[in-house]
Amino acid sequence: MKRIFALMLVLVMALAAFTACKKPAEEPKDDVKGEGVMTYAEYVAAAIDTEVTVETYVQAKQSWWEDKATVYTQDKDGAYFLYNMACSEADYAKLTPGTKIKVTGHKAEWQGEVEIVDATFEIEEGNFVAAAFDATSMFGTDDLIKHQNELFTVKGAVVEAIGQDDAGNDVAFFYNWDNSGEEGNDLYFKVKIGDQSYTFTVESYLCDKTTEVYSAVRNLKVGDIIDCEGFLYWYDGVNPHITSVKTADVK
Amino acid sequence: MKRLVSVALLIVTLCALLPGCHGSRGMREFAAPEEFDASRRQEITFWAKNDTNKTQVNIYKKAIADFEKLYPNVKVNLRLYTDYGKIYNDVITNISTGTTPNVCITYPDHIATYITGQNVVVPLDALFDDAKYGLGGSEVRFDSPKKSEIVPQFLDECVVSGSHYAIPFMRSTEACYINKDLVEKLGYELPELLTWDFVWEVSEAAAEKDADGNFKVNGQKVMIPFIYKSTDNMMIQMLRQKGADYSTDEGEILLFNDTAKELLFDIAEHVKKGAFSTFKISSYPGNFLNAGQCIFAVDSTAGATWMGSHATHHDIAEDKIIEFETAVMPIPQFDPAAPKMISQGPSVCVFNKKDPQEVLASWLFAQYLLTNDVQIAYSQTEGYVPVTLKAQESPEYLDYLSRAGEDNELYYDVKIKAAKLLLENVGSTFITPVFNGSASLRDAAGTLIENVTKSVRRKETVDESYMKKLYSDVRSLYRLDQGSMGDKVGKKDMGPLPGTAKALIIALAAAWAGIAFFCIRGAVIKRRERGKKI
Repeated sequence: MKRIFALMLVLVMALAAFTACKKPAEEPKDDVKGEGVMTYAEYVAAAIDTEVTVETYVQAKQSWWEDKATVYTQDKDGAYFLYNMACSEADYAKLTPGTKIKVTGHKAEWQGEVEIVDATFEIEEGNFVAAAFDATSMFGTDDLIKHQNELFTVKGAVVEAIGQDDAGNDVAFFYNWDNSGEEGNDLYFKVKIGDQSYTFTVESYLCDKTTEVYSAVRNLKVGDIIDCEGFLYWYDGVNPHITSVKTADVK
Repeated sequence: MKRLVSVALLIVTLCALLPGCHGSRGMREFAAPEEFDASRRQEITFWAKNDTNKTQVNIYKKAIADFEKLYPNVKVNLRLYTDYGKIYNDVITNISTGTTPNVCITYPDHIATYITGQNVVVPLDALFDDAKYGLGGSEVRFDSPKKSEIVPQFLDECVVSGSHYAIPFMRSTEACYINKDLVEKLGYELPELLTWDFVWEVSEAAAEKDADGNFKVNGQKVMIPFIYKSTDNMMIQMLRQKGADYSTDEGEILLFNDTAKELLFDIAEHVKKGAFSTFKISSYPGNFLNAGQCIFAVDSTAGATWMGSHATHHDIAEDKIIEFETAVMPIPQFDPAAPKMISQGPSVCVFNKKDPQEVLASWLFAQYLLTNDVQIAYSQTEGYVPVTLKAQESPEYLDYLSRAGEDNELYYDVKIKAAKLLLENVGSTFITPVFNGSASLRDAAGTLIENVTKSVRRKETVDESYMKKLYSDVRSLYRLDQGSMGDKVGKKDMGPLPGTAKALIIALAAAWAGIAFFCIRGAVIKRRERGKKI
């Protein structure tokens, strides 16, 4: 009986700790846009500050606070980052990966990141979990930005030193951009893809310190070769939010 | 069996009492002990804020290590934040669970809310004057400043509801960081003191584009001539400069007045001409300034290390940073003869605990943050100013100020100019009244500007009916429609428990019930077994 009781507690806690860092599972059966809803191409063409209405599918949730949610979404054509969308706590719980939502807000740009702000949404029938697209060959090209905010994967990235610790030793990751943070804060690490270096981030609201990816990045060593998965977030250039890091299969 | 039923009843009763405690449980008022018990181990927590700046973190760590050497029986655990809002939210959550930190970096606006709980924050007046452990006290093991050695104005800013609930830690104001080269390229010369008219005029001139859609002044596709980081400060300072109302000391909300409306209409006109944007809409002022995409960037003097071609910190690609001369001036004024600017910056409060010795240890640590070592080192990390005259007048600090421009690190000229700006204008600074709800009022002031700016950019009509609706929406959003809020200070109930707290309590109750069940069951079995053995 004690064991059952303990097991139940563990199960409940595990469920509560369940995060968005999951593998894609489904393809859309039907992604026909409703009336008055923009296609992804129309969304891309819309000017900053215009009102946009899109139908999209939740891929991951970053945060909820004071009835505002920040969510990574995507349809079969492209991705939409929803920043501080009006959302009750109860509705936030319903935004599981794959959930179809109709979003109305304004297109905005913040340091290169194109997003939808001041948005409202309603849940619709439908489900789609995107498969990560392989962006390895796109890094360093102008095509990458066309996939902004999409779930992506990159293979064979080489971990570089992001800086030095107090003793002057090279380190593979920082807590916050300048290592001013501590466990639980965002993790920053640097990888080389092709001949260019990029800064990747484990966004602590998206994947907190209990997640596999957080541990994986904390265990990185300079020179490691890794495969990463995440969302192609932008901040003055590509600055992906990473949800998975695995040792690359180098043969 | 009777005992079993009694225990079960007791558990049920305790569980029922748990939620009922919320909001009504009060701590006993703190009374300073006669002596600090150095033989007893104390472990205290310090929630600190850093501007995502490693040097600041290291100064906190050094301060803790130095303090622990002086008081070996006290261990200080540091928890770091980069956002005042997050500290505020976490403190509120921890008040309801009785797990507040011991010492916390904070703002008086936030304290006004904290003290709605009974004896949650320690009033420091008696501790200031304590002959042994007070400011400059005889038993304090470090060179503590006397009360008279704290800048009186900064100390006054820590008064909430008639008592000092905090000590100042650092002070800053806002500065206008200017690309002087672009001002001159447009044919203007910087005046001795900026006026709003001057800034708007130059900004509108800078918004002019050529036939290809590039801005004439910088030849780039992006130009935000005037960008403001903190629009709540912008509205508050504009109102103060105009002599207009904002709130009374008692908490009466006066923000939604005709002067504010006139200011908003004026801002709307400049947004329409492409002259103005905000941090929330566009991004960090320093990023645009350093890329030659902005002429006037208003940000805190505590953000000075991010401003200018040779800024110590930057988070845009190096190849985007252009070379220009950075002027550092007070924010624009309506009346240059009587400049007015906000005083801001972190303060430190001490939370009450059951054990007065723990509180005394906390107070000693808080006081340690006022020593010259900490004050001077921390102020040098940004355009901060030490809050003690003892530090400000020390040879070490005066030497620091005199060496502006010697390098782009410790002696970065923009940073030292920003600090001097405040030192020279302390008499022109002001703060807004602090009451329960003043933090919301501040947010509302900023939201007015943010919403008007967004609406103009979105080609919405900004007219009288728009303003009427804006006032109504913002009042409602921040729950400012009850008129006076200050009368609730010290009386307000903490409100219903948040869902997560309820879940936690239920889970805890269930766990305890489970533990109790197995204990009782074990005891019963043991008794039965013992019975068998007899």
